[in-house]
Amino acid sequence: MTGMLLEVSGVSVTFDGFRAINNLSFQIGRAEMRAIIGPNGAGKTTFMDIVTGKTRPDTGTVVWGEKNQSLLKLSESQIARAGIGRKFQRPTVFEDQTVEENLGMALKEDRRPFAVLLSRPTRATAERIAELAAEIGLSEHLPRKAGELSHGQKQWLEIGMLLAQDPRLLLVDEPAAGMTPAERDHTTAILREAAKTRAVVVVEHDMDFVRKLNCKVTVLHEGRVLAEGSLDHVTSNQDVIDVYLGR
Amino acid sequence: MRRPFVLRHPSVLVFLALLALFTLGVTLLSEGMGLGLISTSFVKTLGKTLCLCLIAVAMDLVWGYCGILSLGHFAFFGLGGYMIGMWLMYERTKGIVLDSLVNAPLPPTPEEVRAAIGTQIFGVVGGSEIPVIWTFADSLLVQLALVVLVPGLLALVFGWLAFRSRVTGVYLSILTQAMTLALSLYLFQNDSGLRGNNGLSGLQNVPGLLHLPQSVVSIGFFWASALALGLAYVLAAWLVSGKFGSVVRGIRDDEARVRFLGYDVEAYKLTVFTLTAVLAALAGALYYPQAGIINPAEIAPIASIYLAVWVAIGGRGRLYGAVIGAAFVSLLSSWFTGGGAPPIDLGVYTVQWTDWWLVLLGLSFVAVTLFAPKGIGGLVDLVLPGRVPDRHGADLGPGQGALREAEQARTEDGK
Repeated sequence: MTGMLLEVSGVSVTFDGFRAINNLSFQIGRAEMRAIIGPNGAGKTTFMDIVTGKTRPDTGTVVWGEKNQSLLKLSESQIARAGIGRKFQRPTVFEDQTVEENLGMALKEDRRPFAVLLSRPTRATAERIAELAAEIGLSEHLPRKAGELSHGQKQWLEIGMLLAQDPRLLLVDEPAAGMTPAERDHTTAILREAAKTRAVVVVEHDMDFVRKLNCKVTVLHEGRVLAEGSLDHVTSNQDVIDVYLGR
Repeated sequence: MRRPFVLRHPSVLVFLALLALFTLGVTLLSEGMGLGLISTSFVKTLGKTLCLCLIAVAMDLVWGYCGILSLGHFAFFGLGGYMIGMWLMYERTKGIVLDSLVNAPLPPTPEEVRAAIGTQIFGVVGGSEIPVIWTFADSLLVQLALVVLVPGLLALVFGWLAFRSRVTGVYLSILTQAMTLALSLYLFQNDSGLRGNNGLSGLQNVPGLLHLPQSVVSIGFFWASALALGLAYVLAAWLVSGKFGSVVRGIRDDEARVRFLGYDVEAYKLTVFTLTAVLAALAGALYYPQAGIINPAEIAPIASIYLAVWVAIGGRGRLYGAVIGAAFVSLLSSWFTGGGAPPIDLGVYTVQWTDWWLVLLGLSFVAVTLFAPKGIGGLVDLVLPGRVPDRHGADLGPGQGALREAEQARTEDGK
């Protein structure tokens, strides 16, 4: 593997006879932004499930990092600790806990039970939380319960939690859903900033948003890669037009 | 600098103050120490109630905070009782045997003493051999260690097997119930080595303290129970206060999300499950010397279901709720079943509360689940306003019966 952070090759998954992923191969470098687009049922979410360990593929390999470690033997939490962070489509924050607690839980620290039990809040963690809250525009909401936030603010909080984990690869599912244009711009800025130092994979339906990200695009269809390249390149591809954009 | 722990959590301070006042009050009014307004048997009832509050705190930790509806914690409670009961019974019997042999022409050999103890304890199940599991019964220290080790190891092994297979929700509840039932059925057998359905008895007689009247011994156990409850409460409050509590509540509300944050959910569940099993065992070890007798019926699944009912009625997810629920329901239960409540004559039918109490309890449980999911502890929110989160329709808890916004609005409107 040459300089790639994640290399998925020849992966297939079948659910009850339905082939959700069909001989899919995908690579991403250490500091790269990638958008994945595709119609419903193209396998975008299943792809993320495979990378994060939620779903085990029937065949194929998923290789991670400099040591060419296989992710297929690791549990979800081990994969997360290895440096893969995931943001779900529906904002999933801990509604019964404050914004501060949500961010604190995501901070990159020792995650073993007894270490967490004996850990005491330090000035460094408080500063890091304040810094993240400022970045996602929730500084004034730190003591509020996450369940009280608006939909857009919850999306922000989840992005903040993702950044707090300090992952090497971010998997982001429709980050701009339900956001105002101004909020979308802010999201774009955060993702592009993140992609300077780490790999970012964005799954998105919204073509305007993908255009703003200004990155290489992978088009999925029926569980395999249909086309890959710049947005202009893939949108001029006849196959892509037929299955996705032409409708 | 951060303020001290109890100042950040004033409810802990309030609880400890109330517990101390209660303990002092009961002591002063008891037969053993003071005015004699509270009978020794009622002091024992109150002491036992404190132990039930302690196991309720453990249940609230594992269910109300971590979302594991364990229907097996009374198994750990009972095992703790058996472990201390073995020492109490063995040493007490040894005392009796030595007294009876004191006038024998020759001083008895250790073998003779052991044989006599064996006949005394196990004659009732048709044996005279002392089983292997009683090897350390003459050592208080070892049996005290076993109070913690036996239930702790059982919880560790059971939890490890259950959690690593990702058994959750109602299936896990059934599994814990099956464990309890299996243990209870095993102990019912005469050859289990723990006297079958006779159980262990005479546990109120503490070797070494036989010169003291029960009125004094009961106060001692009452104080020990109060101290254990106070310490366990502070420990539990500390556990759920910091980041650990945050992760544990996260597991209750969305276990998959916690996993994707990189936390080993199974390890956390196992930690909480085992720790609460040990707390339950300590509660049992303090309970049964006050009850005087333990038998396998105490471990039957129904006991653990009662525990869940107490915590639900008191209000899960808050520690004082569990304590209130256990104290309130168990005292009320002994009042109703003990003939304290007068029968109601309906003309055609007389409601005898010893028969109808369980129906009343069942209806209260359903009513609390449907109309006041925050339980009795939720009343505190009416006094301290502004601390209720707006849930926007989402669940608070792990499953059915959890706090939902509609119900919350209803309970607030209903005040």
